[in-house]
Amino acid sequence: MNITALDPGTVQLLTDVAYIVAIAFFVLSLKWLSSPATARRGVLVGEIGAALAVVTTFFNPELVQFQWVLIALFAGAIVGIPLGLVQMTAVPQRTALSHAFGALAAALIGISEYYLHLHELTKFQVVEISMEVIIGSLSFTGSLIAAGKLQEWLPQRPIVYKGQNYVSFTVLGLALLSAVILVFNPTAPFVFPAMVVISLLFGVMLVTPIGGADMPTVIALLNSYVGLTAALLGFVLNSKVLVVAGALDGSSGFILAVVMCKAMNRSFTNVLFGAFGQLQVSAHAQLEDRTVHTATPEEAAAILSAANTVLVVPGYGMAVAQAQHKVREMLDVLLKKGVDVKFGIHPVAGRMPGHMNVLLAEADVPYDRLVEMDAANSEMPQTDVALVIGANDVTNPAAKTDEGSPIYGMPIIEVDHARTVMVIKRSLNPGFAGIDNPLYYEDKTLMLFGDAKAFVSSVVKELTGGGE
Amino acid sequence: MPQGFIENLYVFLLAGFLGFEVIRRVSPLLHTPLMALTNALDAIVVVAAIIIAARRGTVLSEVLGAIAAFAAFSNMVGGFLITDRMLRMFKLSGKKKA
Repeated sequence: MNITALDPGTVQLLTDVAYIVAIAFFVLSLKWLSSPATARRGVLVGEIGAALAVVTTFFNPELVQFQWVLIALFAGAIVGIPLGLVQMTAVPQRTALSHAFGALAAALIGISEYYLHLHELTKFQVVEISMEVIIGSLSFTGSLIAAGKLQEWLPQRPIVYKGQNYVSFTVLGLALLSAVILVFNPTAPFVFPAMVVISLLFGVMLVTPIGGADMPTVIALLNSYVGLTAALLGFVLNSKVLVVAGALDGSSGFILAVVMCKAMNRSFTNVLFGAFGQLQVSAHAQLEDRTVHTATPEEAAAILSAANTVLVVPGYGMAVAQAQHKVREMLDVLLKKGVDVKFGIHPVAGRMPGHMNVLLAEADVPYDRLVEMDAANSEMPQTDVALVIGANDVTNPAAKTDEGSPIYGMPIIEVDHARTVMVIKRSLNPGFAGIDNPLYYEDKTLMLFGDAKAFVSSVVKELTGGGE
Repeated sequence: MPQGFIENLYVFLLAGFLGFEVIRRVSPLLHTPLMALTNALDAIVVVAAIIIAARRGTVLSEVLGAIAAFAAFSNMVGGFLITDRMLRMFKLSGKKKA
């Protein structure tokens, strides 16, 4: 096939058509993702759209040297495939890393556009490029820090110092100031690279002070920044396909960030600048001399098999203990005994939006057994046993009753309205956010002390052996 | 303001509203695959990277374009792959593994 045989006008037309089809497919892809029944078709359609756009791009008559691009794409596939095969527990850090890659790609293209057209840029184009490069650069380093925290290469706790927000805002202000200088003098030496470096620095400063518990929100916010970067790049290059893809990605990240914030009763500003997790000292005081009821695996198994309805409330602790497969075995045994078992999923269970559903799906828990928080709460008064595994704050009734609690106002799964509550936990130590949970001292609560995986497997053994 | 900007702004606003309405309907059950999928779709910036890297430009633009093509394409490949892997895991009761 001889590419040069096609005249440039025809190629342009074909490219435009291919990009429009790609965009239509992208929208369909997201539409079909709305339900598990059609979701895989959605992925396929997205793949076809992307492939179509990529292949058509190679027919662009301006392209003259292919060796580096082909090597880059090949290397991208080599890196991308293992990143597509990570374990489900590692999906949050993989996602943060892919945000970093997306931001990097968009920022680098913006940077090269600046240097290519340095002497012919209008003021307006300088504004577009500067915004694109600033947001892209800060999303790149911010996402890297988030990935490092989730991978636990960096400390999870918020790293804060006095006057931090002032320093951070000053740095952001310097980046914007550089952009303003460039508008009036696009060729001012060193200002553009300085703006890039300052923005990279700001990304680090933005995410470092944010604690591990807030990572679901941060990932979603960075997601929306990356989408915004791609859309801005579309403005810079006058490419509608990028504008649309970026707008879709950006609105998705934004929606997820709003969902996460609502689920934690926080605002964006509070997540970004509040440095959660260092204020709750007061709650610890009255810990000591309250009694708790405990139960053994045998007793827990007896209570579970006598129940009609059981609601399991899993938290990330379950995944840390690698207990999800044992939990699924327990589900199978209880279902066989005629017990109706459901899983109540809090929106912030896990480390990114929807993470807990994926972890349970991986363990072969059917998704019709997973119920959202509101549905779980409305069924709670008819629930015989609520079994909490590796979750803490999302079940803490203090969020409803104690105005002094740092999580006051956060929606919770109201396990305290079930007839019996069982909590599998290593010890009485307060959880990740360091907040005491009065649930543990209620009369109807049984504490099941031990490692989640070991405890659930003893329960399973008891249910299968001790049953009939 | 340049004409292109206005046009792009129209497209951006409409796509933003469309995205908002479509994505709002995605069940929270699938929020993780949603983020993985939008990541893969966003990697369409690879087409811009390909053009910059393969067009006659400066050494700098070609190198940056190639790095961008690498980063974006790894997102595209990895993003679609992991989305499909996750979605394959979601099953209804009674349906055993395929």
